[in-house]
Amino acid sequence: MSCFGGNVLFLDRSDINTDEIIPAKYLTEISKQALKPYLLEDLKLQGFDPTIDIKDKQVIITRANFGCGSSREHAPWALEINGIHVVIAQGFARIFRQNMFNCGMLAIALAGKDIDRLFAEFAPGPAAVDVDLDRNILSVSGNGQDIRIPFTISDFDRALVEAGGWLEYADKKY
Amino acid sequence: MGKTIARKIFDSHSIDNPAGDIHVIRLDAVFCHEITTPAAINDLVSRGKDRIFDPSKIKAVIDHVTPAKDSKTALQGKILRDWARRHKIADFFDIGKNGVCHAIFPEKGFARPGFTIIMGDSHTCTHGAFGAFAAGVGTTDLEVGILKGVCAFRYPKTIKIDVVGTLRPGVFAKDVILHIIGEIGVSGATDHVIEFAGPIVEDMSMEARMTLCNMAVEAGATSGICCPDMTTVDYLWPHIENEFSSKAEALNKYSCFLPDADAEYESVISIDISDLSPQVTFGFLPENVKPVSGMEKTPVDQVYIGSCTNGRIEDLEVAAKILEGRHIADSLRAIVSPATPEIYRKALEKGIIKVFMDAGFCVTNPTCGACLGMSNGVLAKGEVCASTTNRNFNGRMGKGGMVHLMSPATAAATAIAGYITNSELYEG
Repeated sequence: MSCFGGNVLFLDRSDINTDEIIPAKYLTEISKQALKPYLLEDLKLQGFDPTIDIKDKQVIITRANFGCGSSREHAPWALEINGIHVVIAQGFARIFRQNMFNCGMLAIALAGKDIDRLFAEFAPGPAAVDVDLDRNILSVSGNGQDIRIPFTISDFDRALVEAGGWLEYADKKY
Repeated sequence: MGKTIARKIFDSHSIDNPAGDIHVIRLDAVFCHEITTPAAINDLVSRGKDRIFDPSKIKAVIDHVTPAKDSKTALQGKILRDWARRHKIADFFDIGKNGVCHAIFPEKGFARPGFTIIMGDSHTCTHGAFGAFAAGVGTTDLEVGILKGVCAFRYPKTIKIDVVGTLRPGVFAKDVILHIIGEIGVSGATDHVIEFAGPIVEDMSMEARMTLCNMAVEAGATSGICCPDMTTVDYLWPHIENEFSSKAEALNKYSCFLPDADAEYESVISIDISDLSPQVTFGFLPENVKPVSGMEKTPVDQVYIGSCTNGRIEDLEVAAKILEGRHIADSLRAIVSPATPEIYRKALEKGIIKVFMDAGFCVTNPTCGACLGMSNGVLAKGEVCASTTNRNFNGRMGKGGMVHLMSPATAAATAIAGYITNSELYEG
């Protein structure tokens, strides 16, 4: 299985929608590559500058209901093309979450207290996350400390990640 | 415990249970539009899998940007058009015959009780108004749907919302659903189906039920769903009359999907709308809802009436009744987009288009354009739009623009006044 983890981008807000992740005007692009410069362009968040803050990040840690709104898979694609393959949140909108796993990427939901702790101890970074998918443990380091948080992932989601996505999985099976 | 509509549909469509509560279900329809489908088509082609599971079950339309506004949108339309032709997809609605997907597909009778439907569009939940399980999905789910005719979902948990009381004049399905989202929040129904029930829903037209189900996703729901009844059969009758000897027979068949009396719900919420007044959103979340009176006199630069939420003939009729003999304020511009050619034609025949034009509205062709800030009514920075659409996200209708969601009646009254106001002022 691929390795997941890297430097963390903290987005301290709930209900970040897919219009904010990638605005609709860029949905006229057909290639994933073309989406690269526009990730989180319209995100309204104090102190966040997409032209500076996204660089060299591989993991997003954020609050509740991430990825709500439009079904556009351009949102996970825009993350993927910027090297971000893991989003850790207090919860996800259903379609976004499914799109992440369908693309072979990780959307990991944690309890509110765990998310609160990550923000309290590591935000705004620098911090790094390593995802151990064999033992279901997140290792978070930064700010002179290193903590481990267990997470759960369903057997089906794990199978999608192992297969490299839903198309590969479904094409073999159905 | 008995079963909900959604579970009855799942049980009749499940082909696999690969893990836990995940069910892979057989699809009765896969709907496609030109924004999210071309990437799926290109990917299938690049994998050497340019096939479709059943041309009669795939329906496609160009609706988001139509006619094309530039070379990129022209290419998206072309990819969809060429694909529909080479796979002999008979139900492809090209420019001239096209309308907003969630308005034109029901109008053509493609959504039926007991159906399973996916589309690469979050407002696919609209089709649940017909007693179908209809869910928005991303491009990969769409791609697998096109290729294999299947999709994976969690075995559905249902929240039942009983809408009771009496609707006051000037209060519509849009006000009801805005109020519900305000009550349960933007993630209040995440990973759940919302079953809309109760006397108010039973009395609603199919158009009103579609407005209700359309915004279920704004509360996070996988699908909205209404019980099929004679209203459903009446609406579908021109499309199903060859399949049944009578409407009663059709209703009898569809009744097998009705929820059991002891159906298992995650929760049952009763909402009495007797005191509900017209509602409007503020802020950037659809749960930020308050009575119109609380936003009274908020200046507006643009009024937009249209979309998969409120661009149907009933919506235009309601707005026209308020606009008749009046003119929009000099301080704003107003746009109406009938959601399908059929709605446009009916509105012409009934004199509704004339009312809109006499009032100073711009009448556009059917398109989703303005709702997501792609075309036909994009806002400039700092502008405010009173809109009958479904999302008030920051920048949704144009970067730096503000959107206030409301019913067609409130939008029409706002157009006349020049600021957000209650339609009661203009009645009678």
